[in-house]
Amino acid sequence: MLRIAIPYGLLAARQFRKLAAIARQFDRGYGHFSTRQNLQLNWPRLEDVPDMLEALASVEMHAIQTSGNCVRNVTTDHFASVAPDEIVDSFVWCELVRQWSTFHPEFSFLPRKFKIAVNGALNDRTAALVHDIGLNAIRADDGAIGFQVIVGGGLGRTPVIGHVIREFLPWQHLLTYLDAILRVYNRYGRRDNKYKARIKILVREKTPEVFTREIEEEWAHLKDGPATLIEAEIQRIEARFNRPSYETLPVHHAALAELLATDRAFAAWYRRNVHPHKMPGYAAVSLSLKKTGVPPGDVTSDQMEAIADLADRYSFGELRVSHEQNLILADVQQSDLHAVWRRARELGLATPNIGLLTNIIACPGGDFCSLANAKSLPIAAAIQERFDDLYFLHDIGELDLNISGCINSCGHHHVGHIGILGVDKANEEWYQVSIGGSQGVNASLGKVIGPSFAQDEIPDVVGRLLDCYVARRESDDERFIDVVRRIGIEPFKETVYANTHQSATTSH
Amino acid sequence: MPTLINQRQLLTDQWVHVDDAAELPALVPVLVSLARWQHDRLLLAARQAPLGVLLSTHHTASDIAEHLHSFGLVTIHFPKFTDGRDYSIARTLRERFGYRGELRAAGNVLRDQLFNMARVGFNAFLLRDGQDVDAALAAFRDFSKAYQVSVERPIPLFRRRAAVSA
Repeated sequence: MLRIAIPYGLLAARQFRKLAAIARQFDRGYGHFSTRQNLQLNWPRLEDVPDMLEALASVEMHAIQTSGNCVRNVTTDHFASVAPDEIVDSFVWCELVRQWSTFHPEFSFLPRKFKIAVNGALNDRTAALVHDIGLNAIRADDGAIGFQVIVGGGLGRTPVIGHVIREFLPWQHLLTYLDAILRVYNRYGRRDNKYKARIKILVREKTPEVFTREIEEEWAHLKDGPATLIEAEIQRIEARFNRPSYETLPVHHAALAELLATDRAFAAWYRRNVHPHKMPGYAAVSLSLKKTGVPPGDVTSDQMEAIADLADRYSFGELRVSHEQNLILADVQQSDLHAVWRRARELGLATPNIGLLTNIIACPGGDFCSLANAKSLPIAAAIQERFDDLYFLHDIGELDLNISGCINSCGHHHVGHIGILGVDKANEEWYQVSIGGSQGVNASLGKVIGPSFAQDEIPDVVGRLLDCYVARRESDDERFIDVVRRIGIEPFKETVYANTHQSATTSH
Repeated sequence: MPTLINQRQLLTDQWVHVDDAAELPALVPVLVSLARWQHDRLLLAARQAPLGVLLSTHHTASDIAEHLHSFGLVTIHFPKFTDGRDYSIARTLRERFGYRGELRAAGNVLRDQLFNMARVGFNAFLLRDGQDVDAALAAFRDFSKAYQVSVERPIPLFRRRAAVSA
């Protein structure tokens, strides 16, 4: 597998076309977007890799630091720089972190891989609380910009919500503070057991208080040193992002309201896949890579080229990859939405399911990954097939369903409202189900509901969870996750395991 | 005999590594372990020849920080190239404690790591056996630019760039 870096998930259309060409020439004509906003190609031949890297370099792309015990691709909000709830443009800060982490001479051989997320908005769409470091931008009362620093979150076999180790770090000190954290981790992180080597284990073993004190002591030596950021650099990077020259448009496009009233399919798509934009008359659009029957996050070379055309025509030639494995056109005029929808529908990219049950996050699983205990893609497909009815899906409302093929948790099952984990029992593939996980500002980890299930039982189990939710919700606005938080997992457990097939209640 | 690169050139190693239990030879530069130095500090200081100390990857710069004037050589051992703690030790010795003498990487020292080792302050490299010496000497030119602060270039790229355009 070749994993290609897409820094903070931002791509130019010409880069996307090159990815399409590489996937066609050297692989099987498609690629898979991961939850790290990167693209993975599953079948390259080793001897072709130099040519693939050369092709990537021709559009200023590479595969550096996409594996190994180093700082990986920094991730952010797929609505960065267009979100109405933006505090800062997180791309600017991601780029600073990207430069700082690229070939960092001191931190290229850490105890384990290291993942940083930057959230620049009020709502967290980056899962900052489950990263090695999460940075939440803050604007203080006096207008000063800084970051809340969260350390030691993570998924994997030991899921942990990160600890806030600093409420407000003025922006000038961002890189020296990162240096201090990484230096303490590099020195004390465990190197004897790779399952205990992530920074979350170090924070837990030292306690967050002691860990924080050590960071502050280290930082005292680095603070105000030459790596302290300067205004001129922030401005230089802001200017390099070359934001679109937006037209002055009315807040609401008149013809759009009419189309929404008359075209129900378009209206359903608009409701789920069109997102607010900070500029009047513009919107951000999700192209769903979660069509029933297609592995989540997969996109063919033909689709990639057509998407690049859409980006050029309607969205200033830019695309974003979301950590939920969809693609975003961030700057679409409202008057173009219907045209974008028609084209997306032709391409099989207009499934109106963003935020809904079938917008499944899934890792490649046992079909592709040598680490997996169990398949994940057939589970995703079985669920998508079972719950294909749009009216039902919209009635169920917001629901994150995440699937990981093994405890490494690449499918983020711990933070799914419903999480499904593949487990190996006596060389058979079984699936453990948890509920109550969530990402965002109030991130939480799901709780396992009980003994695991066989593959073919999973759609029924999901159906029973939904039955329980529908029976217990107090209004249409109360989401699945809200009900789990209000009543706990017991009622769901009872519904799922009542009179179930024998295998679910045996010792498995 | 392992190949030594010092100041980007091939040199013959003048230092004699003395095991903890072995007798100290007279009048030649000797390299001893941190434990030996801690044990025989007075005896070693009384010798009329240069002294070097060998650190392991679990040591820290603070272990010798107050005595750096005693050493003409600090060697840090890499048990494997993936153990990155030595980079922090080296950088801290140079940046925080101002060590100016020879700082040598030994052990699992491979061509691909030389560039970063030099950036954090190593200036001598005892290559692991079997390394291509010409390739190793070329490694210091792997990249022309670097973003970060380093011992080699204490001013980061963004400040150098801002200074030019100001």
